Amino acid sequence: MTALTVGSYVLKSRLLVGTGKYKDLDETGRAIEASGADVVTMAVRRTNLGQNPNEPNLLDVISPDQYTLLPNTAGCHTADDAVRTCRLARELLDGHNLVKLEVISKSRTLYPDVVETLSAARTLVEEGFEVMVYTSDDPLIAIELERIGCVAVMPLGAPIGSGLGLQNPYNIREILDQLTVPVIVDAGVGTASDATVAMELGCEGVLMNTAIAEAKDPVKMAQAMRLAIESGRLAYEAGRMPRKRYADASSPETGLIE
Amino acid sequence: MYLKVNGEEESVNELTLAAYLEARGLLGRRIAVEHNGEIVPKSAYESTTLHEGDVLEIVHAIGGG
Repeated sequence: MTALTVGSYVLKSRLLVGTGKYKDLDETGRAIEASGADVVTMAVRRTNLGQNPNEPNLLDVISPDQYTLLPNTAGCHTADDAVRTCRLARELLDGHNLVKLEVISKSRTLYPDVVETLSAARTLVEEGFEVMVYTSDDPLIAIELERIGCVAVMPLGAPIGSGLGLQNPYNIREILDQLTVPVIVDAGVGTASDATVAMELGCEGVLMNTAIAEAKDPVKMAQAMRLAIESGRLAYEAGRMPRKRYADASSPETGLIE
Repeated sequence: MYLKVNGEEESVNELTLAAYLEARGLLGRRIAVEHNGEIVPKSAYESTTLHEGDVLEIVHAIGGG
């Protein structure tokens, strides 16, 4: 299987995972390890000043030495907030400049606000960030995000946390045809076969959180996703047989006994 | 003096950011600080003086997708 290059990063795994919604940090650590992922997302939030400062921190479990951390801008509804969050994340991670830009609308779909996303992407690229950008499955917006200089474009497969699987493979296919930077499906995967479908389409990777964290056994699902991603990628690289309308016998039709 | 820290008014005696963080057990932790809208590099905690009405945002990493 070929490696995945995103900006200046070469990644062994094409599965990118989130760290939200787990029961505790121990389960987070075990699931992430089972997933085999290199890239692990995290969120940036206000520190609770009243809390015990020795309380375990996400970065104690998901070490920046072991994983490529991908801070997100989840919860930001404007370009300004997203840019501020990325600057804080860069400081938090000692100058690490890879970020996941997501500017989400305040609607029940959590659909990306592409107007604010485009604006934030321009600023972040100018400031030297390597931007992996969450967006809608609109091919025109995807092209514009690549033109701005994002290192990966990440269209949704379905709404965040919905687990519906790829709802518009036609658009994802079109984005793949138009872009040269990696296209990574982000959000919407529910189970292993959904991830495989995305990889068989030719996506460079899949980013997921809820499908693993909300499985009955997250560690086992993480392992399933690892295999699903590998299977899908291998099948894509192998090149599937053409679909045919009628049967085509697998055994020779000559040399039969009479 | 009063500062606004993570959205809350707080009465503060410490005169530098380093002293403020030290007093709350946050110095040396994996955090990032914004002072009046500007990122403060760790190397500048000592030299960042606090003044009445200053706004601090102190953040850390948590689980997210």
